Amino acid sequence: MMPDLGKYAEAVLSSYAVSIALIIGLILFSTMRSKRVKKQLQEIEKKVKSNG
Amino acid sequence: MNLNTLWAYANPKKFIQTTDRVLPWVAGLAALALVLGLIWGFFFTPEDYRQGSTVKIIYLHVPSALMAINAWMMMLVTSLVWIVRRHHVSALAARAAAPVGLVMTVIALITGAIWGQPMWGTWWAWDPRLTSFLILFLFYLGYIALWEAIENDDTAADLTSILCLVGSVFALLSRYAVNFWNQGLHQGASLSLDKEENVADVFWYPLLVCIAGFVLLFVALVLLRTRTEIRARRMRVLLARERMGA
Repeated sequence: MMPDLGKYAEAVLSSYAVSIALIIGLILFSTMRSKRVKKQLQEIEKKVKSNG
Repeated sequence: MNLNTLWAYANPKKFIQTTDRVLPWVAGLAALALVLGLIWGFFFTPEDYRQGSTVKIIYLHVPSALMAINAWMMMLVTSLVWIVRRHHVSALAARAAAPVGLVMTVIALITGAIWGQPMWGTWWAWDPRLTSFLILFLFYLGYIALWEAIENDDTAADLTSILCLVGSVFALLSRYAVNFWNQGLHQGASLSLDKEENVADVFWYPLLVCIAGFVLLFVALVLLRTRTEIRARRMRVLLARERMGA
């Protein structure tokens, strides 16, 4: 199934590895920060509401 | 959609409500197009007679370079909207897009260097397009650092908008450097509305799918990150109010 990349295998595979790692890292970072900020805001809004 | 309906999305609540419905679809389509395009490009395209298997790098390099420039252009438009209309969502959308554009620029630079080593015999050359891309990368870093450095959101939005206007010159230079200076190692555009200038169909179709995937990924990430920035801003406002009340 793996295509024969010949003498450029290292260049092609490292390009894909670095790019996919960066994209997945960005997605994970953005998703985790989104969840964290949403949770923090909910807690602050609850606190503000209870303080009147 | 007329302009009045468009401005309705400048309301943070309306923006979050709308993106609640839209975001899963955009993210799903982005994942589908990226997986399909990259698998097609990597596994099911032949070697190029000159570049050998390194031609497979274009499925990452070309879409990421395209998005690196277009992300800055999107930031320019939203920054202008902030300067003219003072809509916070537009300034926050520019802020949200910057790290995505930065990652796209890094991918373009790294994959370009990896491709350049076997093809040009060097990782790097002070070629007009490469140099303007490096400057664009530095502008992204500066833009993100400026947002982080200024505590007042409105002042940060004003100053970063000005930086964005200045950086647009380099974003445009990155795109058209090959046309402006007919020198350097980098070849002409791989994509053109003129069909004769495009790459061969066997590479072109998977490349189009990859470009669609990168565009959709960018849109999905910017929507997600803008929602986060809207919430983070509200959090800062509430905390400031509480501090003043205490």
